[in-house]
Amino acid sequence: MSVPAFTGSNVMDVDAAKIRGAGSNVHFDKVSVAYGAHVVLHPLTLDIAPGEILAMIGPSGSGKTTALRAVAGFVRPASGRIRIGATDVTDLPPYERGLGMVVQNYALFPHMRVEDNVAFGLRAQGADKALIGERVKDSLATVGMSGFAKRYPRELSGGQQQRVAIARALAVRPRVLLLDEPLSALDAQIRRNMVEEIAKLHRDLPGLTILYVTHDQTEALTLADKIAIMRDGRVSSHGPTVELYRLPPNRFTAEFLGRANLLPVTVTEGATGPKGFATARLGDALLAGAARGEKPGDKTLLCIRPQHLSLTGDEEHTNRIVGTLKEVHWQGELTHLVLEVDGTPVRVSATRLPVSLPERGSAVPLFFTPGDTSLVPEDVRG
Amino acid sequence: MLVWSRPGRIVIWLVFTLLFGVLFLAPLAVILLSSLADQWNGVLPSGLTTEHYSDVVQGAAWKAVKASLVTGFLASAVALVSGTWAALALRIQDATLARVLGVLFFIPSAVPSVSVGLGLLVAFSHPPLLLNGTIAIVMVAHFVLISAFTFGNVSAGLARLSPDFEQVASSLGARPAYRLRHVTLPLLAPYLVAAFGLSFALSMGELGATVMVYPPGWVTLPVSIFSLTDRGDVFAGAALTMVLVAVTLILLLGLERVTGRQARS
Ligand SMILES: Nc1ncnc2c1ncn2[C@@H]1O[C@H](COP(=O)(O)OP(=O)(O)O)[C@@H](O)[C@H]1O
Ligand SMILES: [Mg+2]
Repeated sequence: MSVPAFTGSNVMDVDAAKIRGAGSNVHFDKVSVAYGAHVVLHPLTLDIAPGEILAMIGPSGSGKTTALRAVAGFVRPASGRIRIGATDVTDLPPYERGLGMVVQNYALFPHMRVEDNVAFGLRAQGADKALIGERVKDSLATVGMSGFAKRYPRELSGGQQQRVAIARALAVRPRVLLLDEPLSALDAQIRRNMVEEIAKLHRDLPGLTILYVTHDQTEALTLADKIAIMRDGRVSSHGPTVELYRLPPNRFTAEFLGRANLLPVTVTEGATGPKGFATARLGDALLAGAARGEKPGDKTLLCIRPQHLSLTGDEEHTNRIVGTLKEVHWQGELTHLVLEVDGTPVRVSATRLPVSLPERGSAVPLFFTPGDTSLVPEDVRG
Repeated sequence: MLVWSRPGRIVIWLVFTLLFGVLFLAPLAVILLSSLADQWNGVLPSGLTTEHYSDVVQGAAWKAVKASLVTGFLASAVALVSGTWAALALRIQDATLARVLGVLFFIPSAVPSVSVGLGLLVAFSHPPLLLNGTIAIVMVAHFVLISAFTFGNVSAGLARLSPDFEQVASSLGARPAYRLRHVTLPLLAPYLVAAFGLSFALSMGELGATVMVYPPGWVTLPVSIFSLTDRGDVFAGAALTMVLVAVTLILLLGLERVTGRQARS
């Protein structure tokens, strides 16, 4: 059976395909983008599975928006193909791609009421009145904005406008939802709530494939099934969220996704034992950590997250390093300490402190379990 | 520059009031007074009369008002449509071409309008382009002179329009024509109305080119005023000027109300 290509007019076909239940995958096949001689996206190959939330994160200017806009059809790839489901959309105009898009500043149509904004896509596609009415009600209910149908966008708060923007995108039953920094215009408190609401939205619409572009690692860690980390127009790393956080494949990923202490070590023994830990030397200390195929003599980095370092040891915490205490910042729930180990600053976020806190400048032992660490290769570039 | 001291502010206001009064209000006041003057030999008119107004109303005033309004309306409407079209079309061209064409558009407003009129007269006085002596050539002259302003206004509006609106519309399935009708033009509306108002005002006051090309029977207000004062009938010319000012003002205020309502809705 061949899957019919989506075109602007066959709203009913798309509906019949029950997009809600079964989303489409998005496939970047060696997609590159250049503005003149300036290459902003180097050949990118990436797959977003049906129903998956892929967070694309990276510093500003790393090419995230460019990649998203290539999917939407507003940036023409210099080479490569983009497929959505079975359809090669590379040469399709944006209005035939069957997507929903939400941008940073919402871009609600200011001259239309909320309900007309939400109805826009279906009207543009020539859907019939009854269907539009039903979908508008549905979509507004999904984002909890049913009571605001008659308002104009300027009569809404930022968070409410964002919900309407999402409802507007959902009303067309998109195959893929594209979100470009959707929360970065909101303040911190509302942003946290909205992250949770987007997570809930995806639980309600599990088939919806989402490409979520952000520079905020918290949003990515909270929402994403998988994360792609962008750097200078390339995917620096790509993988399931938890795995990428626990076993970052390079320094850039370790530092961009959460906070990380990266200690330069020399491998003394490759993966051994039931858990496959490698052993590495840091100064006088021998440490164990999750291996990545290192050989004895390799110089590499040992990654430890600040919250995995403890000032108090127990039998689990078989790794031990000693640092000089430099700074202590008490923050109520957490205490942040900065130590220096072998010339490298090391951050510790501790929930439990010893009864008497050591003096600044004194030597302090730090304990951690091998399972919380991993060996990370130094980046080849930069 | 911000001036905080009280005397400083008073001085600034005085200078402003003086400038505004001398440059803008005084000529208008003099014209108003002339239009009502019986005789004016001393510092002030010797007496006031509405005679000039009844003269011009009984004379060619209404025909002139009609000629000006029709010309202004048609030339502005055509300029609005073509200026908008040009601005929209140039937007998708590459930037250099757009800039060059944009400058070309403004050339007629840099040339003295008399020369524009002369040029049209010469250009359109041979078949097959024989417009000489028709109303159409007046329209063409006005169109040439004002289209740069509609184009400029609409281009400015387009430049300020975030591309997000149109892109979101496209991604939701709106084809270009639907998007233009339901998103781009409504968002541009304030600029379109402003462009229309400006064109209309310019057309209402246009003299140089019109004098060169107008046919008998299509004498616009400025041309009538010019020929009245040229004949020495200064007071009647002043009265007609006040009619012109009133008509233009009513028009612009009407448009302002339309845009104001739009901005509020
Ligand atoms: N229209 C454009 N013309 C030229 N360069 C552009 C254009 N849009 C983006 N760029 C460049 O492409 C690079 C990537 O931009 P972008 O994809 O917006 O990054 P991000 O979304 O990750 O911040 C940047 O260096 C930016 O300057
Ligand atoms: Mg961006």
